[in-house]
Amino acid sequence: MNRDSNIYTVLYATVLVVVVAAVLAVASGALKAPQERNKEIEKKMNILTSVGKAAGADNAGDKNAYIEEEYDKYIVEAFLVNAKGVKTEGDAFNADLKAELKKPEAERRLPVFVCDDNGSKQYIIPVRGAGLWGAIWGYISLKDDFNTVYGAVFDHAGETPGLGAEIAGSEFQKQFSGKKIYRDGKFVAVEVIKNGSVATDDYRVDGITGGTLTSKAVGKMLFDCLSNYENFFGVQKQNK
Amino acid sequence: MSQKEPLFSEKNIKLFTDPFNHSNPVTVLVLGICSALAVTVKLQPAIVMGLSVTIVTGFASCIISMLRNTIPNRIRIIVQLVVVASLVILVDQILKAYVYDVSKQLSVFVGLIITNCIIMGRIEAFALGNKPLPSLIDGLGNGAAYGMILVIVAFFRELLGSGTLLGFRIVPESFYVKAGGFYENNGMMVLPPAALILLGIIIWVHRSINKKLVEK
Repeated sequence: MNRDSNIYTVLYATVLVVVVAAVLAVASGALKAPQERNKEIEKKMNILTSVGKAAGADNAGDKNAYIEEEYDKYIVEAFLVNAKGVKTEGDAFNADLKAELKKPEAERRLPVFVCDDNGSKQYIIPVRGAGLWGAIWGYISLKDDFNTVYGAVFDHAGETPGLGAEIAGSEFQKQFSGKKIYRDGKFVAVEVIKNGSVATDDYRVDGITGGTLTSKAVGKMLFDCLSNYENFFGVQKQNK
Repeated sequence: MSQKEPLFSEKNIKLFTDPFNHSNPVTVLVLGICSALAVTVKLQPAIVMGLSVTIVTGFASCIISMLRNTIPNRIRIIVQLVVVASLVILVDQILKAYVYDVSKQLSVFVGLIITNCIIMGRIEAFALGNKPLPSLIDGLGNGAAYGMILVIVAFFRELLGSGTLLGFRIVPESFYVKAGGFYENNGMMVLPPAALILLGIIIWVHRSINKKLVEK
């Protein structure tokens, strides 16, 4: 058959695309289970890391089993809270934060995870926002005074490696421990400031050199997301 | 195949080793520079990137070489792109399923392998006119040679820019000005221009060793 004829060209393209589509569809189907599992494990790992648990994950023989075990041990409760700060029914672990944050504030139902380590409780709150190049997200844990930060973990979709991407590094994250989200009773979240411009007090952490825009985005994300929980914090403080 | 040729024949070995020296895709042909700037801040992503590109170049060349007598000339480039793109998606899916941590580090750069000029370059220049096995070897050799340059650049950038190698601390904490020492990381090393300068130095060294490459 003439290789330069129109019919041959169209037929060739059609067959090629169908074959390629079939191969990719099969691969995607076959690999879906391990991929979903990786995501679930990563989420559990992040939740645990924000309260300083699961530190031995890299050395564990079976990492997945180790994470599951730690998660079941420490995370005793997970629930959704509405805009009034009241607990509501629902699947907190699989809640879609991105979709919830798009809703009007009054309709949002946001997840909270509770970690219990021998009686000392930490409340873990997922956060999500826009970085410089793509989404950034993380988990921040508060002590049961609902003011002091216990720990934080952040991750990103595509921040600049070595610069903005360092928000996912422990050097940056460990600064958050012990910071306060209320300043003289006013909600401030934790501000991320340009490296060295002002002294880092109880309400501020140092940003990343060369990653100023991403650092600021982290501060904004914390403010925007945590402010949704203000009513919840108030209710919890009253009940104490 | 009419004439049987051993796998490690002199010709095949030369196909594999040439890219490391006088036909190096990065330093001699100056292809694939863009990703050499992007993924070389740290050593580990550079290694995984090198491996991924090697696999994609090898198999893309091999598949295109198998199809070479059937591909309609007018949509040649499109066919090549479809094959390369599907291979890259496969690699991305496999990385996500089995080495999730590394795939997260490389993020968008895995997808960008599609645009790596070396792959298209080898398909156009070699695979379209040669049998599948030599094409496979040629592709693997070029991918590996590209990976080698990435690793060299990333080695210096991570060492001088972050004071670490593969994440392990090489320059002791106590040397840093912050801790009362005298040393400060070279901030420029983590920025893309440093990769370009390092690449220039590598080309310079390469040409002074291999005089044949110097243009008269």
